[in-house]
Amino acid sequence: MLRVEHLQTGTLPPLTFEVAAGECLAVEGPSGAGKTRLLRAIADLDPAPGQVFLNGAERNEMPAPRWRRHVRYCAAEPAWWSDTPREAFKGAPAARTERLLHSLGLQPAVLDRAVSALSTGERQRLALARALLDEPPVLLLDEPSAALDPQAAALAEELIKYQTLAGRCVVLVSHDRGQIERLAHARLQLSKPAAVSVATVAAP
Amino acid sequence: MSTIALTPLDLALAASLLAINAAISWGFGLRLERSIAVAAARMVVQLALIGLVLKLIFAQTSPAWTLALVLVMAAAAGVEVVTRQHRRLKGWHALGLSSATLLFIGVAITSLGVGVIIGPEPWYAPRYVLPILGMVLGNAMTAMSLVLDTFCETLTRERAAIEARLALGAERREAVSGALRTSLRTGMTPILNSMATTGIVALPGMMTGQILAGADPLEAVKYQILIMFLIAAATALAAFLGALGAMLLLTDKRHRLRLERLAPTS
Repeated sequence: MLRVEHLQTGTLPPLTFEVAAGECLAVEGPSGAGKTRLLRAIADLDPAPGQVFLNGAERNEMPAPRWRRHVRYCAAEPAWWSDTPREAFKGAPAARTERLLHSLGLQPAVLDRAVSALSTGERQRLALARALLDEPPVLLLDEPSAALDPQAAALAEELIKYQTLAGRCVVLVSHDRGQIERLAHARLQLSKPAAVSVATVAAP
Repeated sequence: MSTIALTPLDLALAASLLAINAAISWGFGLRLERSIAVAAARMVVQLALIGLVLKLIFAQTSPAWTLALVLVMAAAAGVEVVTRQHRRLKGWHALGLSSATLLFIGVAITSLGVGVIIGPEPWYAPRYVLPILGMVLGNAMTAMSLVLDTFCETLTRERAAIEARLALGAERREAVSGALRTSLRTGMTPILNSMATTGIVALPGMMTGQILAGADPLEAVKYQILIMFLIAAATALAAFLGALGAMLLLTDKRHRLRLERLAPTS
């Protein structure tokens, strides 16, 4: 479904890999190894030589906004452009929004609270819900549960697992080994000093 | 119509007032003495030069000379816009953008004001064209540098939020709409304030100049009203074109934010 060919980001050597529908690829490596840069390049948020295909269509074959509606990047540190999260959920069916929020342990009323008054964990869960709202087929998740308590992290994990079961493909950056073992079908290891990457396939 | 001619001694007397500025700088250790001296010297030399140039050009009344000075003024305004920025756009794009835009605005608004509304004989009479162009350019320049400064600053500060919108599939114009609105408002507000207070708090320089030169105050006021409208339109255009240009320079066709095109702040 998602195929990356000779994609060059930062100092990393060109990367080639594939993530099939329903699969989760974990990207591991120390801070500064280029994990976030890789996700951003796949989402076409930074210029990067190489090719990225979604179901055979290269990213440059379609307008960038459409590409990003299909290949969704969710940043490690969520950001908001209005006073309350409500604005970001505008236009989505209320039932779906509510279901998503509930699955992450949030009440719908949280949408009308000031962003500045929300906890880091609430903001991160809201960002995940926002990213999943229009059901993009590819999810690029950058440490989606880094700011969450164990209970909320388990809910987020459950939701991500459900995404793969629903046939979406997930590229997951995480420092949580247990989480990677529970979710990932394959791993991509980026290492910092040599900036070499090794792709290994683990047990699903 | 006559003015009392000023002697060099009169000007020297006025210049001695700068002792106040120097004393404050010295008293509080502001170390502005050098800047005060440089600014004052620049002002005197630049004004003396433009006085000579204007005298020469008024004597010619030639479209070529007028046009030449128009180009120089627009280029100087463009350079000023770029160098005033806290976060500058890299490369020649920014200078080209600001000079070309200011030239366009200056020529368009001045042509309308002088050619169509005032209608001197000949239409390019430098005596009308150049002072009005100077006022239009000066205000457009200020509006544009305010807009660019605010836009670049907001883009840098709100980078994460803008990229979050882009990641969700927003187009670049939509993603930077907040920064556009903030910067446009910043660029367009000063002229509104100045229109609202002019005549009460401030007596505009051009009008007082005409009155000092012996013009009928009501005639001077009419000119001032005309120039205020020209300036209002020019600043709005400068704000809009500056913001639009900066948006195009700091994003790309793939709807990406390209803040690396801003030079690091010193």
